[in-house]
Amino acid sequence: MDSAPAGTGGAVQATRRTIPGLRLSRLWALPALIPVFLLRYLAVGVGAYYAFTSWNGVSVQADFVGLANFRRLFSDEVARQAVWNTLLLSSTAVILSNVFGMLLALSLNRLLRTRQLLRSMFFAPFAMTPLAVSYVWAYILDYDGLLNRTLGWVGLSSWRHAWIGDPDTAIWTILVVLVWQLSGLCMIIYLSGLQGVPEEVIEASELDGAGQFATFRHVLLPLLNPAIVVAVALPTIMTLRVFDQVIGLTNGGPAQATETLATQVYRQSFVSGDYGYGAAIALMLTVVIAVVSLAQIFILRRR
Amino acid sequence: MSRLKYRKRTFAREALMLLAAALWWVPFYLVVALSLQDNEAVTERSLALPITHPELENFKEAWSGAGANLGRGLLSSVIITLSSVFVVVVLGSLAAYTIARHASRLNNVLYVTFVLGIVMPYQLGLIPAFIALRELGLVGSYAGMVLLYTGLELPTAIFLYAGFIRAFPREYEEAALVDGAAPFRVYWRIVFPLISPITATVAVVTALFVWNDFFNQLVFLAGTDNQTLPVAIYGFVGEFATQWNYVFAGVVISILPVLVFFIVTQKQLVRGFTGGIKS
Repeated sequence: MDSAPAGTGGAVQATRRTIPGLRLSRLWALPALIPVFLLRYLAVGVGAYYAFTSWNGVSVQADFVGLANFRRLFSDEVARQAVWNTLLLSSTAVILSNVFGMLLALSLNRLLRTRQLLRSMFFAPFAMTPLAVSYVWAYILDYDGLLNRTLGWVGLSSWRHAWIGDPDTAIWTILVVLVWQLSGLCMIIYLSGLQGVPEEVIEASELDGAGQFATFRHVLLPLLNPAIVVAVALPTIMTLRVFDQVIGLTNGGPAQATETLATQVYRQSFVSGDYGYGAAIALMLTVVIAVVSLAQIFILRRR
Repeated sequence: MSRLKYRKRTFAREALMLLAAALWWVPFYLVVALSLQDNEAVTERSLALPITHPELENFKEAWSGAGANLGRGLLSSVIITLSSVFVVVVLGSLAAYTIARHASRLNNVLYVTFVLGIVMPYQLGLIPAFIALRELGLVGSYAGMVLLYTGLELPTAIFLYAGFIRAFPREYEEAALVDGAAPFRVYWRIVFPLISPITATVAVVTALFVWNDFFNQLVFLAGTDNQTLPVAIYGFVGEFATQWNYVFAGVVISILPVLVFFIVTQKQLVRGFTGGIKS
């Protein structure tokens, strides 16, 4: 890489970061640029084009069909349900994870002797293979599962329910796993944010007594704004793409009641071979993520 | 400061939190307990704790039994994860070093290109990536997966590396250059060892992403000889739906390494996911 012309005034900003005599070849960035360009730019662009074709993955030519895939998407009962499920799961998971994460961060911030252990224990689920832990949860929430058995033992047999088998409750079993995994992530983000907050402010709003809600609301919360942006944005993107937990718990059922946009992308493209329609659903998911993320950043930054 | 004292109420809070954490861990106890029960106990969900008759047969069967072969899945997961981490660290640190240490318009463009890559919607690129790899004969291969994960994970790696290197003192490099060392030698012998804290973070975040990923591995590896652990377990559930004890032996083989990995690498992991807050 050639450096900016030496001795000219315009190079001041450049020389601030450049080490004299260190001649780095721009080729050093090239090996990294190629895979990123191919996967994150070229493939994404081609994918967006596929959304307007009726390609089945086999024929030589992809026929341009305009908005036909999107008309199909909006009249497709399962796809509409998938859009709704995706938004419902994501919004409830983000809210609950943030509430739990904030409570955990404030409770475990200092003073407690086992706080390091406790933080690790709450953070651990986030690191675990989502598909594998979803099978564990399926075993707990099954009709014959641990939850119903426990309800039986404590004399609440009437509360027993086919949590996963009932279309009305199946979606909430996925939410349980999402919140279980993401609360710990929100917790460490808030703990990290609390490091930059003066000790007295935290003390005044810590959960070691009553009546500190006002301090929390008007003093601590504004100080934590940068952490809130991250703790909302990261889980939002993760949950809008929810796939593994759905497969592990309900596999989209019963009767396709818990399909999400990501599971539909998979099924339409790679199970049915309908790449054009699958790409249209992927584009829909992309638009949803973009709109929700931009709206969040806009709202959270303005506060 | 009376509030700083450990009071009775604090003790109550500590006990409450410990109880909550224990409940939070119920799935983990279950995994271990269930993997060691015989099939009847698992199907009956008698859930006897502590475990009286450890049943290691489940592991043997799941490890190399007909149609299961989680041993092979584990091997594939390890190979793909380690190779991806290696490539991401080498290419990512090199690119970030060039960008961070040499200000120019081109490097600014490169930096923005990489960082914007983080938010580019890869699920939209998945179908073209699949077609391209299929044409190249790379579907079902380790090389194809490493290429895929390199493209997906490099933007985050470069973002983390560039931020760290920019804040890093440059006296060592300047001294080495005065001594007449070649730039690549400076990078490899001086810079790379010095930035090892961020290398650890990048490696941990990348490893966890690749190891835990199911979506891409299902698309690219399902039905091939190189199925990873999650794909193998997924196939396992369909095949042995009633034999939960085998499923759980698989789940244990998948979760225990992550649990150990998590305990060892927590610090790097936390840094990887909280790095964006201070900026």
